[in-house]
Amino acid sequence: MTSDTTTPAVDLTGSRPRLRRERRVRRLFAGAAAVSIVVSLLIVGSLVGEAWTFLRGLDLSSLWTMGWFPRRGLFDVKTVLTGTLLIALVAMVVATPLGLGAAIYLSEYARPRARRWLKPILEVLAGIPSVVLGYFALTWISPNIVMRLSSHAGVFSMAAAGIAVGILVTPLVASVSEDAMRAVPAALREASYGLGAKKATTVTRIVFPAAASGIMASLILGVSRAIGETMVVAMAAGAVGGSLFQWNIFQPGQTMTAAMSALAIGSDQVAGSTSAFQSLFFLGLLLFLMTLGLNLLSDRFVRKVREKY
Amino acid sequence: MGEDQLTDSTTAAGPTIATGEARPAGRGVSVGSALRGTGRPAEPAQNTIFDVRGLRVFYGSFQAVADATMAIREHEITALIGPSGCGKTTVLRCFNRMNDLIDTARVEGTILYHGTDIYGEKVDPVEVRRRIGMVFQKPNPFPKSIYDNIAFGPRIAGYKGNMDDLVEESLTRAALWDEVSDKLKESAYALSGGQQQRLCIARAIATSPDVLLMDEPCSSLDPIATLRIEELMIELKRDYSIIIVTHNMQQAARVSDRTAFFTVDVKQTGMRTGRLVEFDATDAIFTNPREKQTEDYITGRFG
Repeated sequence: MTSDTTTPAVDLTGSRPRLRRERRVRRLFAGAAAVSIVVSLLIVGSLVGEAWTFLRGLDLSSLWTMGWFPRRGLFDVKTVLTGTLLIALVAMVVATPLGLGAAIYLSEYARPRARRWLKPILEVLAGIPSVVLGYFALTWISPNIVMRLSSHAGVFSMAAAGIAVGILVTPLVASVSEDAMRAVPAALREASYGLGAKKATTVTRIVFPAAASGIMASLILGVSRAIGETMVVAMAAGAVGGSLFQWNIFQPGQTMTAAMSALAIGSDQVAGSTSAFQSLFFLGLLLFLMTLGLNLLSDRFVRKVREKY
Repeated sequence: MGEDQLTDSTTAAGPTIATGEARPAGRGVSVGSALRGTGRPAEPAQNTIFDVRGLRVFYGSFQAVADATMAIREHEITALIGPSGCGKTTVLRCFNRMNDLIDTARVEGTILYHGTDIYGEKVDPVEVRRRIGMVFQKPNPFPKSIYDNIAFGPRIAGYKGNMDDLVEESLTRAALWDEVSDKLKESAYALSGGQQQRLCIARAIATSPDVLLMDEPCSSLDPIATLRIEELMIELKRDYSIIIVTHNMQQAARVSDRTAFFTVDVKQTGMRTGRLVEFDATDAIFTNPREKQTEDYITGRFG
């Protein structure tokens, strides 16, 4: 038999109710995604709008004066910027060695069994509420570390807040950089051992450089987190209502976040009043731009890692 | 102490055969049940570089290799062949203690390297690996420049001579110099797969090892790159002893002087253990194997 005959037709149209259901599910998820985008845009919009109102009604020279005293119309940006950056610096001085050390240990030295109970501990540390760390800064870090380092230091200081923020940031640095180091292919380690390299040599000369972009990203994320941390600095850094320009870390200092929370809670009695309240949005915008910039930077570093091997 | 012994015996053992053409028809080295009286002529005395006795490898409770005994000679290419899971790569990784990197791995028996047991108590695996280089299945250059890839080994070993010369010499010996001489500072990742593998060979010989272990070095390469690496191996045989794991039987037949055939025994419990079936001159393995299993495998009737 060579004659061609067509086989019976098959109905391939899908059932209408099913297609309608799928469309509905699709719309539901699209809606959920849209809400989060709209909310973000609204937040940014209100920040920009209020910040603009604040700047428009202001004598710009009050942005560069002796200190941050919103009630008196003194909005010295360098005071809060310096406070923020100093505390972030102290935090990173603490978090970089601790975080990278933990990451190297977990990724290269810890046996599977040790890893199994060390990793969760690190995650618990990441889950400590920052208000607890704020108290810890006041009751333990301040008397036991800061006051020993400097006889002039009081209970409240940027150093105490910075150390506590550093502890807060350590798990983040450790976990992101550990991921970066574990992502380094085992083949590279084997190549190194095969050439007669010791473990320490392999870690420092092969694994660490190969993971460098990811490690950089973890540090940038750490800085971004440290800049944005509010509760610890509001509690431990000292200056609640306002602060003179201060660069000595053993003195109280004002950060952008602490200044904002003070304004928002109304602890300096200005909620609702004119430009002082709106300075909150100006600071918020500044902070948002800084962390956004840092996160974009770290994103670029992480992407570079993917291209590498 | 252990190091001195290793160094002394390395220098004491001089080269014996120069080229493959002078290869004698081998007499089988005693291997378990393969040991039988044959009429093959005795060969001239040759230096044994690795004397493997009763080698057994375990991963946890799983036995990967059962009781392998073989003598590997200097300035020869020894091929380890057999089906997947037969333990040939595991055996290869025993020769430079690479299995130490696997937490659950345990090695029993002895591997005498110039008479010293590399699994001896005082032996530092780092010292072993400086003398016994390795080339891996997939090319694994470091994410560094071509130059730094070659210089890595000598640097960590504290090489004092002229690094530029050493890099050039190593690349030349790996037949790669002409292709990369003008881009030494470029990333090794810019090279093709075949070039990367030759770079890995150059990197391995830059530390002037005594032995080169090669784990299926051509499995990810095309036939032309494979041919170049095979030519290179025969070239390198003059200075090094080479042990190669290969899936490619033609490759074993083309390049090796001696061949070890491994198979895998499946127990009722489902445990799969590799076993050395036959170890002999490559000619003998491929033309006149003693074991039926070997014959079945090389003729493609493996079951």
